[in-house]
Amino acid sequence: MKKKFVCIICPNGCEIEVKYSEEEIEKISGNLCEKGLDYVKKELFSPERGLTSSVNLKNGLLPLVSVKTSKPIPKEKIFALMDEIADIEIEAPVKIGDIIVKDILGTGVDIIVTKNVDKRIHS
Amino acid sequence: MIKKEVDIAIIGGGPTGLSAAISARKEGIDNILLIERNENLGGILNQCIHEGFGIEIFEETLTGPEYMQRFIDKVEQLKIPYMLNSMVLDINKKKEIIVCSPEDLIKVKAKAVVLAMGCRERTRGNICIPGTRPSGVYTAGCAQNFINLKNYMVGKRVVVLGSGDIGLIMARRFKLEGAEVLAVVEILPYSSGLPRNVVQCLEDYDIPLYLKHTVVNVVGRKRVEGVIIAKVDERWRPVKGTEKKIKCDTLLLSVGLIPENELSKMAGISLDPITNGSRVTENLETNIKGIFACGNVLHVHDLVDYVTLEAELAGKSAAAFVKGELRNESNIKVTAGNGIRYVLPHLISGKNDVKFSLRVMCPDRNRKIVVKDGEKILTKIPKMRVNPSEMIQFNLKKEYLEDVKELRVELE
Ligand SMILES: Cc1cc2nc3c(=O)[nH]c(=O)nc-3n(C[C@H](O)[C@H](O)[C@H](O)COP(=O)(O)OP(=O)(O)OC[C@H]3O[C@@H](n4cnc5c(N)ncnc54)[C@H](O)[C@@H]3O)c2cc1C
Ligand code: SF4
Repeated sequence: MKKKFVCIICPNGCEIEVKYSEEEIEKISGNLCEKGLDYVKKELFSPERGLTSSVNLKNGLLPLVSVKTSKPIPKEKIFALMDEIADIEIEAPVKIGDIIVKDILGTGVDIIVTKNVDKRIHS
Repeated sequence: MIKKEVDIAIIGGGPTGLSAAISARKEGIDNILLIERNENLGGILNQCIHEGFGIEIFEETLTGPEYMQRFIDKVEQLKIPYMLNSMVLDINKKKEIIVCSPEDLIKVKAKAVVLAMGCRERTRGNICIPGTRPSGVYTAGCAQNFINLKNYMVGKRVVVLGSGDIGLIMARRFKLEGAEVLAVVEILPYSSGLPRNVVQCLEDYDIPLYLKHTVVNVVGRKRVEGVIIAKVDERWRPVKGTEKKIKCDTLLLSVGLIPENELSKMAGISLDPITNGSRVTENLETNIKGIFACGNVLHVHDLVDYVTLEAELAGKSAAAFVKGELRNESNIKVTAGNGIRYVLPHLISGKNDVKFSLRVMCPDRNRKIVVKDGEKILTKIPKMRVNPSEMIQFNLKKEYLEDVKELRVELE
């Protein structure tokens, strides 16, 4: 099989062409450095992405608070993870770095808060 | 009306305003006032919950809110005074500012001013899309605000016009929130967003990108029912017979940003018709002495890290102005030549090291940025890849600039 990539590791943005089989890269061209090879390998055989989203917030100055995965997760788990956090509701106040779910879906990755949101004061 | 006197007034509390304030304080200016119209500091970063901020400055990738909090914490720690829910309505050449605040109207007399108002999005009106006027047409940033800050989902079947970074990021956001994203439509032959975003926002989710296409009509009476897209020729005219209808309930516009320079015009500041921002010297001073501009109100940035660095310089310059230490000898013109859309600063002195920022006209590979004085070549900077979506910066040492008459920057 053949595929083209734009390496996104550094601003050079090399256009890389690869020939590959189920398990390995047979031929690669266009990458200026080894990092390009690592990038393509990862993209082909075990792509990972950081995920950012938001969860519901009770009694906060905002109805939502933004969150992220503590590390990138396997790409194919993204939608399962979105489902998993859809029903979560936490209480204000929250702070950057608060962990809301530990080891989500057994990935070894936590869901952490990325914004400080204070409690709403009822008037 | 309340009256106030300050050394430095900073208009806008986004990343630009925050960094300018911190840097001015570090230069020993105590009497600073940071003025923000929203209910919190941080500007547009409040709603940019995705990652990709801070790689240059912190060498890690942060989300927008995490990035801004580091600067807000610093402002709090340095006890820099700021006003929220306070909008600047007027400013004049004498640096008298009228602020509408929850308390009262306030007249602020400042010795120096830093303009940090950011930009706003182009709307449907700005680009004249024909068709009916149903609900369901949003700018991408407006939809981002609704989804990420207010918890309103704005649509289920979405078409995005424009492939700039905001459009790409929002295409992914809609997909993650369970909406269908039927197309991203781009008039240019290439995406105007960062390659990273094309891969991670569109290709990852199989969202089709229609290059050399545009939206020629919006259909629907109350709510958007669909859009008609068509191919365009080299001069961006729709090609007859290529029309295609896409059924959707939402059209997102990501068709560019315009620096918010209404206030600058009131103060008599001269603007560059290409950047839509002020003309500035190497100190980021405008043509009005003591008024400085930086960040997105000066020119649209793709990376917030560059915004922060630029704002540090503006804060430092404003502080030097207040202390009477700012020398203004910038009278060497800098112009954009072949292949370059714009280059900043507009004027330099030739006596200091200068950092230049520029954008190229179109994407290309293996080019050189050439800096010339008349026919004399001062330096050549090789670039593996150039792209209009990525601002290019380079430094020139003052040794290169001695006796220069006029500086011209070209792409070779
Ligand atoms: C959707 C989106 C995605 C982005 N993604 C990335 C990314 O992944 N990585 C990255 O590095 N950069 C990204 N950027 C770019 C970065 O966010 C901006 O360059 C940066 O926020 C600009 O900062 P600023 O302070 O100049 O403007 P803003 O953040 O817009 O702040 C301007 C502030 O001024 C205030 N203001 C304006 N007029 C007045 C007035 N008259 N009185 C009082 N206050 C006023 C506004 O309310 C606002 O708070 C993105 C930008 C957007 C819009
Ligand atoms: S292959 Fe190497 S040089 Fe090319 S873009 Fe990737 S990291 Fe940069």
